[in-house]
Amino acid sequence: MNGPLSPVGVQHVEPRQNPYVPHLAEIVEKRWEAPRIFTYRLRFRDEARRRAFRFFPGQFNMIYAFGVGEVPISIVSDPEDADLLDHTIRVAGDVTGALDRLDAGDVVGLRGPYGSGWPLEEARGKDVILVTGGLGCAPVVSVINYVVKRRESYGALKILHGIKTPKDLLYRERFQAWGRIPNTEVHLTSDQGDGQWRYHIGVVTNLFRRITIDTRNSLVMMCGPETMMRFSVRDLMTQGLSADRIYLSLERNMKCAVVLCGHCQYGPTFVCREGPVYRYDRIQPWFDVKEI
Amino acid sequence: MAPAPKLKLAVWKFASCDGCQLTLLNCEDELLAIADRVDIAEFREASRAVAQGPYDLSLVEGSITTVRDASRILEIRRASKTLVTIGACATAGGIQALRNFKDVNDFISLVYASPQYIDTLATSTAIAAHVRVDFELRGCPIDARQLIEVIGAYVHGHRPRTPSHSVCIECKQRGTVCVMVARGTPCLGPVTHTGCGALCPTYHRGCYGCFGPMETPNTGSLSEWWGHLGVREEDVVRAFRTFNADAEAFRREAQAHEH
Amino acid sequence: MQIIERSAFPVLCEALQRRGYELVGPTLRDGAIVYDRLASAADLPIGWTDEQQGGAYRLKQRPDGALFGYAVGPHSWKKYFLPSEQALWRAEREENGFRIIEDRRDAPKLVLIGVRSCELHAMAIQDKVLMGGACVDPWYASQRERVFIVAVNCGQAGGTCFCVSMHTGPKATSGYDLALTEVLEGDRHYFVVDVGTEAGEALLLDIPHREARDEEAKTAEEVVTQTAKTMGRTMDTTSIKELLYANVEHPRWERVAARCLACGNCTMVCPTCYCTTVEDVTDLAGEQTERRRTWDSCFTMDFSHLHGVGSVRSSTKGRYRQWMTHKLATWFDQFGTSGCVGCGRCITWCPVAIDITEEVRAIREATS
Repeated sequence: MNGPLSPVGVQHVEPRQNPYVPHLAEIVEKRWEAPRIFTYRLRFRDEARRRAFRFFPGQFNMIYAFGVGEVPISIVSDPEDADLLDHTIRVAGDVTGALDRLDAGDVVGLRGPYGSGWPLEEARGKDVILVTGGLGCAPVVSVINYVVKRRESYGALKILHGIKTPKDLLYRERFQAWGRIPNTEVHLTSDQGDGQWRYHIGVVTNLFRRITIDTRNSLVMMCGPETMMRFSVRDLMTQGLSADRIYLSLERNMKCAVVLCGHCQYGPTFVCREGPVYRYDRIQPWFDVKEI
Repeated sequence: MAPAPKLKLAVWKFASCDGCQLTLLNCEDELLAIADRVDIAEFREASRAVAQGPYDLSLVEGSITTVRDASRILEIRRASKTLVTIGACATAGGIQALRNFKDVNDFISLVYASPQYIDTLATSTAIAAHVRVDFELRGCPIDARQLIEVIGAYVHGHRPRTPSHSVCIECKQRGTVCVMVARGTPCLGPVTHTGCGALCPTYHRGCYGCFGPMETPNTGSLSEWWGHLGVREEDVVRAFRTFNADAEAFRREAQAHEH
Repeated sequence: MQIIERSAFPVLCEALQRRGYELVGPTLRDGAIVYDRLASAADLPIGWTDEQQGGAYRLKQRPDGALFGYAVGPHSWKKYFLPSEQALWRAEREENGFRIIEDRRDAPKLVLIGVRSCELHAMAIQDKVLMGGACVDPWYASQRERVFIVAVNCGQAGGTCFCVSMHTGPKATSGYDLALTEVLEGDRHYFVVDVGTEAGEALLLDIPHREARDEEAKTAEEVVTQTAKTMGRTMDTTSIKELLYANVEHPRWERVAARCLACGNCTMVCPTCYCTTVEDVTDLAGEQTERRRTWDSCFTMDFSHLHGVGSVRSSTKGRYRQWMTHKLATWFDQFGTSGCVGCGRCITWCPVAIDITEEVRAIREATS
């Protein structure tokens, strides 16, 4: 039987930090983005933790709901203000459901930041093309916010967003607002149209024909369903974009976020370590294979 | 965090042995802790008091074997926000579903002295064959810890955490030695849904499949291996035809060995 | 090399117990040789051995009184370093949210008796995984620091062993305090001892021992050489990572999936498999909760579940491929080592005798 063994002796080893323990963070504000999608502005209770916390756009935190569990959520606020951390959450499962039942003033557990970030330093002076699809495009919102705040440091910003049906369009106002920013284009497309849809109809890859891509001075950052990204990568490379200019954010089941639990393996990598943002050439052989 | 509103709970019985309801009765200590959170509106096994619907959570024990029960379950579904089946009868038709593979009249004349009083359907079917079921708790009988988990889940608003993998994982977590590998004892553990705590192998018995098929049951491969162990075809049929005889994977496997 | 006579072996155990160590090691239980607590050396499976093949394990009586005359059993030492269930922390609801409580205690001092070479390699691999990265598993590390290891060089190979192919045995080369080779020669029964650490050397001073004669050392060497010649299985590991990377799509995966039960037994018995899941276990009132870590398996549907997608590896083919490719290929890129030590447990304890060496062979033969 695998029962506990009674401790023997009193020899003390230096207590190690328990990487699973979160810090308490208060919900400063709950902002609704769309039905069942909201943004929590979180603030660590512990001042030392607050001061020490640094992150890059694209990185994520593990948010813990009391009695239910943890979920990885990307940080969408600006890294220069790490005092208040914005996390956009879509209600999809138990933990996000439990988080939804909380409100401003309530407390969650928070640990992080984990994973890799978007190549925003490398992108300086270059065109940034964002390709997103489906319902969950929160990870690229951090890129948009970052670039918009430092608009003059970047070239053109082109936002391409695809959805299945017009009712899936979230952030309609935000997309419109982004479209009004200088040197910024927003292209929306829906697989199916309806009477009111004023934008393109078709899959997101159709949008590549509607924009000019300076293949020697652009970085593409993607987030969305893997099938969409698979087709997008293929199209972009056909247009002459090299694999090392494409970055994508991947998702896998995750339990620990600190490379101890084995869950988030993606081929020879871990999404919590090498990911979630991958440069495409580094995972190319795996990306076309199903069930990796 | 606002306190959750009081949950109105009902327990219903159909064709069954009452064992699953007894499991609930045995949880009285745990249930006491949430007495202020839960209203037990209907539970004949425990009390004669009956409260009117609608109910937040209905726990349904037993299978559908009569015309009257087939219509009663429709009413219960209509009156219930969430309907959870408890046990093998409610989830797969139970041991009484053995009739589904024979002529029920043959059983009636064998079992009852006065068969003319028996009014029954030709089959025993799971609740899900009649109405939408929100969650199925496996087991013959159900496991008390899992029942508490299910009730807690609905009180606190999350899905019950009851894994659907094989019994083997729990067996190995306990450090039990595999009875099939070390003794050649036929065991249904690799194709059976976990939840019992791997009880039988701990007592050197093969798993009887009380919790029904696991999430991806490869029954064909297991039966083939049983053949190597010397298990006869008719015994394969018997092994799969017990409490979960009419669960699809087990039903198909038994049929494949019936000649 | 030193010699400890069989008669002095209990003294070795007692000397360790006097130093505050709890004895754990092989013992007979439930028709197998398992690892468990031992009251004394008398609890060892004296005079027993095992016969192993795919999906089958049987105990047999030996004609002699060997203490370690068998191969590895269903358990591995990982259960002491990475228990199947571990409380990570707990929390209590409070007026202003909740309070996190850590109940940490020192790991017990354990002496592991009879650790085989493949198992030492498995520990070294888990060390890299659980202590070698940016975040260390504190429970694992604490237990690793508080063990005394008495290794045993294998005197016989099991029917599913292939440590020679994996370069992990049968002779222990590092990671032990003492390493013993058991020698039974006519009326003589003794252990040739190799000292691995200062702690091992210090212990030896408390036990009757003497310098080994050349022929005794040679006999011990012969025991191991003989074991190496009788491996039950072999695996050609030439460019194995490249082989599997080149065959992510291969009809063999479908064929093994037709037999595979996805029951997870291979992952549970594997001495390097370390995957865990974490869940909240709450009281019914919802006032107390515990974050509990348990062994998990990449063969379950939940393991790769994503909301809105379902199980990423929904087919058994995808799951078996993940497991085997991880063991023999991606592990190299992740941790700089193989994830397989050739102990053969996954072959013996697979309920339908799926054989990792056979699967590699099939893919290699189809490729060449």
